[in-house]
Amino acid sequence: MMTEPRPGPARRQMRRREEAFRWAFLAPAIAFLLLYFGYPIVKNLMMSVQDYTTRTFYTGEAPFVGLANYAAVVKSSVFSTALINTVLFTVGSITGQFTIGLALAVFFKKHFPLNGVMRSLMLLPWLLPMIVSSAIWKWMLDKDSGVVNQLLGLAGVENIPWLTSTEVALVAVVMVNIWLGIPFNMTILYSGLQDIPDELYEAAALDGATGWKAFRNITWPLLRPVVSVVLILGVVYTLKVLDIILGLTEGGPSGATETLATQSYRLSFANFEFGQGAALGNILVLISLVFALAYLRMTRSGVED
Amino acid sequence: MSHKQPRRSWVYTVLGCLFLAFMLFPVYWMVNASFQPGVSTADLDWLPIHPGLDGYRAAFSTQGANLLTSLVVAVGAVLVCLTVATPAAYALSLYRVRGAAAVMFALLLSQMIPGIVIANALYSAYNDLGILNTTVGLILADSALGVPFSILIIQAFMRAIPMSLLEAARVDGAGRLRTFVWIVLPLSRNAMITAALFSFLFAWSDFLFALTLNSNSAARPVTLGIYLFIGGYVADWGSVMATATMASVPAAVLLVAAQKYIAAGATGGAVKA
Repeated sequence: MMTEPRPGPARRQMRRREEAFRWAFLAPAIAFLLLYFGYPIVKNLMMSVQDYTTRTFYTGEAPFVGLANYAAVVKSSVFSTALINTVLFTVGSITGQFTIGLALAVFFKKHFPLNGVMRSLMLLPWLLPMIVSSAIWKWMLDKDSGVVNQLLGLAGVENIPWLTSTEVALVAVVMVNIWLGIPFNMTILYSGLQDIPDELYEAAALDGATGWKAFRNITWPLLRPVVSVVLILGVVYTLKVLDIILGLTEGGPSGATETLATQSYRLSFANFEFGQGAALGNILVLISLVFALAYLRMTRSGVED
Repeated sequence: MSHKQPRRSWVYTVLGCLFLAFMLFPVYWMVNASFQPGVSTADLDWLPIHPGLDGYRAAFSTQGANLLTSLVVAVGAVLVCLTVATPAAYALSLYRVRGAAAVMFALLLSQMIPGIVIANALYSAYNDLGILNTTVGLILADSALGVPFSILIIQAFMRAIPMSLLEAARVDGAGRLRTFVWIVLPLSRNAMITAALFSFLFAWSDFLFALTLNSNSAARPVTLGIYLFIGGYVADWGSVMATATMASVPAAVLLVAAQKYIAAGATGGAVKA
């Protein structure tokens, strides 16, 4: 089409109509994205350099304060705790989810009766509303009446104050988040495993490479691209987790499970310091962005291959 | 392999059952407790051998309205998502649009923005517009969770539609719009179902927007209801678990009724984007 010599006026008009038609089809989506993603990002950037509080809603005044909000957020005693907790929560969750998810994916690659049914039932924890999961676990982890301590009691373990002790609360929250993330990891890794041709394993088996050897020499190297995607997505999703932590511990006891996300929520919606909430939110976005860009780079090179 | 070693493969099945039991125990515990209201955990039977529906009665009377709100919000979000996403997916997948790559980039990126950042900005905007605590406000915010995902899923599917089909339609004199409505949409049914299912689940499960954009009971979905339930001292976990069970019904139904769409969405959304 492009190489045709001088398109006639009729043709040019048709093309223009086609172009208009395409944009008409895209317009609602673009408008929506601008309103619900573009606007919030810009607005958040603005709020973060303003003294934006509840008063602003009545007076409409939000004086410019430069980087004062960022300074206040970073200097606050909660920040370093939240940052460390975020790192521990993310690394702990991802390590657990990924290892167990990968083990299950490898397990379900074997052929056995009821394989498919079991695999889809495994998805249930992932499909449940997170707040439902946190309600169940909050009860199961109750110090005195929770079933977890009851079961541990059978083994002679004394009641553990899972959610009320500053020492184990973060461990408990990570455990629940691992449970939640296993199905997602398992599903994606399983579909990655499906793409590895069986012939490779058959050939390796002839050379005597089975089990762990086959995993190390065939499965792992060929699964690497999928692994990277799963890990990066896992990090991006885990960084923004709110439901589980708010539902289980509200960030407590005394900040033991506070993360950047919950702290940003608290600043805005409990302390009504919207400017500071925005500043911390932007810091969170910046961290996510690093991983998000890595993800995009990876998927793009995957597509072009 | 499996035919040669039938005995060994049953061992795997037993192992699989154990893993599954471990993963699903919390779900079982919820359902079990939901039928034994007013019983403290210490006396809770491991099987609901004396089932009672009081928990559900209590849940309905306190959470019935919230469940209805959730349903309205989730269905509304599905409608918004499909209306916005389907034409966009068509434009992105079948025609070369300048800037399409930029749109796709933005879509992927938008899925990674922490919800709290969006909520923070929306709160003041919603306040100015007077749509805090409204169902419409919540429907639109929850659609934001499903729109990017829907566009990505649907356009990936539409890419596979053979161009020749569309050209044939054009030769027959069908315009762009008619081709879209009569050929592309019916062919994309599966992708649209997948997008609808996930948009429904995203909106049904949403907690963050429910929490931040609602401060009174005018438009309170069941996720927020559960949160307020478990926020303080809980006297009767049986009713809470009955509510939680009802809030889980959509997920369970989808899992049973729409397995292939779930699998397509789970992997398609993440990897094939």
